[in-house]
Amino acid sequence: MLKINNLQASIEEKEILKGINLDIKPGEIHAIMGPNGSGKSTLASVLAGRADYEVTEGTVEFMGKDLLELSPEDRAKEGLFLAFQYPVEIPGVSTTNFIKSAVNEKRKYLGLEPLDAAQFLRNMKEKMKLVEIDQSLLSRSLNEGFSGGEKKRNEIFQMAMLDPKLAILDETDSGLDIDALRIVANGVNQLRTKDNAFLVVTHYQRLLDYIVPDFVHVLYKGRIVRSGTKELAKELEVKGYDFIKAEVDQEMA
Amino acid sequence: MMDATNILKEAFDKQNSPGGNLAEYQQQNWSMFSGLGLPALKHEEWKYTRISKVFTDKLVINNDSHLSQDALDNLILKGTENANRIVFFNGRFLEAMSITTDSAEAICIKPLEKAAGDEDADFVNTNLGHSQRYHGDGINALNAAFANGGVYIRVNKGAILNNPIIIYHVSDSSNGIRFSQPRILVNIQEAAQVELIETYTNMGGGETLTNEVVEISAEKDAVLHYVKLQHEGEKTNHAGTTHIRQTGKCLTHAVTITLSGAIVRNNLNMVMEAEHGESHMYGLYLLNGNTLADNHTIVDNAMPHCFSNELYKGIMNDGSTGVFNGKIFVRKDAQKTNAYQSNKNILVGENASANTKPQLEILADDVKCSHGCTIGKLDEDALFYLRARGISADNARSMLLHAFAIDIIEQIKNEEIRAYAEQMVDDRLSFSM
Repeated sequence: MLKINNLQASIEEKEILKGINLDIKPGEIHAIMGPNGSGKSTLASVLAGRADYEVTEGTVEFMGKDLLELSPEDRAKEGLFLAFQYPVEIPGVSTTNFIKSAVNEKRKYLGLEPLDAAQFLRNMKEKMKLVEIDQSLLSRSLNEGFSGGEKKRNEIFQMAMLDPKLAILDETDSGLDIDALRIVANGVNQLRTKDNAFLVVTHYQRLLDYIVPDFVHVLYKGRIVRSGTKELAKELEVKGYDFIKAEVDQEMA
Repeated sequence: MMDATNILKEAFDKQNSPGGNLAEYQQQNWSMFSGLGLPALKHEEWKYTRISKVFTDKLVINNDSHLSQDALDNLILKGTENANRIVFFNGRFLEAMSITTDSAEAICIKPLEKAAGDEDADFVNTNLGHSQRYHGDGINALNAAFANGGVYIRVNKGAILNNPIIIYHVSDSSNGIRFSQPRILVNIQEAAQVELIETYTNMGGGETLTNEVVEISAEKDAVLHYVKLQHEGEKTNHAGTTHIRQTGKCLTHAVTITLSGAIVRNNLNMVMEAEHGESHMYGLYLLNGNTLADNHTIVDNAMPHCFSNELYKGIMNDGSTGVFNGKIFVRKDAQKTNAYQSNKNILVGENASANTKPQLEILADDVKCSHGCTIGKLDEDALFYLRARGISADNARSMLLHAFAIDIIEQIKNEEIRAYAEQMVDDRLSFSM
């Protein structure tokens, strides 16, 4: 589904990603872990198409297409979804209207008729339950004045509405209390099928107790330096990142 | 300007002179205009707005063109068929085509010339030209010299109008640069409630130049909702003053929407002469092409405990220019004044520009006044967020601009007018949801 090959990217001449290789197949959950500043969020942003980053090397293939050639909106329409670490507040645009536009633009792109009001509403009600989000919140301006937990639940709600093939969760757990974390994780688990995949970017092992990954990768200094199963995450939890840093720095020296 | 002098002089000499005080007033103002001339760029208040360049020998004043009922009917805003209708054609009040739908007990609409000589003469004498205390320039005087073509509106004590008053300004530009000078004097008596809407149309496809003065006096406990809609097209020039005077504790609320024009200058004054007055001023200028829209506002607090709120927003596309100047005066006695002002601008076009200047003069020492202004581009983070959900760049831009503009549109109280204004804004932003 997603094949990343030697991906290198920089921002303002500063090299952040120094050759990422990653292969994600349908039905899989991958976790990317790593210390602060290792390039985790950069990877998420580059995949979603944020213009601030310049890809200097490498290829990314998504559903058989060259992802890097697509605009951010076309990536979304092809089935890529980024749950933002910091969802943007947009005064004057209600979540309901916004998500309706997004759903129907995607349907149009896929050659489907737009959803009528009743279908859309039914769909929305169902997905609202999934993340325990209230109608009144969705009628308000997008993310404006939302708590951290509400913003993250709104991200997962949008994900549920757009039904992506690959969802990237960029530190969705940061700033969440344990109850909110459970709700978010529960939403993700219910959306999991054999046909879609998740890339979970996180600093902490805690989230992975709830969203259990098939593969765990450790990102450090712009490279994936270790890959393993969920046991690797457990090891990191016990030992911290320092042991990996030490090992890697020694290897590279 | 020199080129237009003879045309203006001829028109002034040729007009039927009204009697009494009004004739004297017009003569004085003609002399004043002759002395001052038109404001040029070196005039601090007009430094961005060269209205004088439109005053050429192509100006057309008062020819014999005719407004047909069919043409007028086509202009009537949807859903407002029951409104009190005031028609100005080429800058002169057209009584025959105007309609009063509220009762004669509630409202009186008549030629200003008539009001100057009947039971309303005292009001006319006291209030006509009140705006010149704030705009003592030649262009205001020029309008005053032709005041007899204007209208007088009185809303009687305690009257809550069932219908809004809509003023249709129609200019026929088929024979040159149509020069129109509407004059409007409004007397809102104690506890009366009024919605007053002005809208402008350029017929004939040529250029127009409108020089308008609206003077409104609102008494104790009156409520005024005023809306000015400017969407006449790119060939229209406009210099207008709306001067609102609160003579008692009352509520006055103004929304100014500018969507097109060549050179557009709007002066809006709120003169708060009584304690506990409340005023609101909202503006949206959504510009493209080479339009220049210049909004100058004044809030004058003379007495204690007044509240004023002001929010103007601009979106400039192409090579358009937005200008905002907001003056707030707080006089020595106006303690406990609360005055807020904000001006926000988004530059969309590569060659667009915005100039903004808050100007606060505060002489009292116990007041709350704030002002802020921003000029920027569309928020890139917000744009990316929308695009990352599959919304195209164009639609994302429209959505954000609509969101920016909508809180001004929402200030329009009258439902039909608000829907109309929103439709025009959406059409401009190619916005649909």
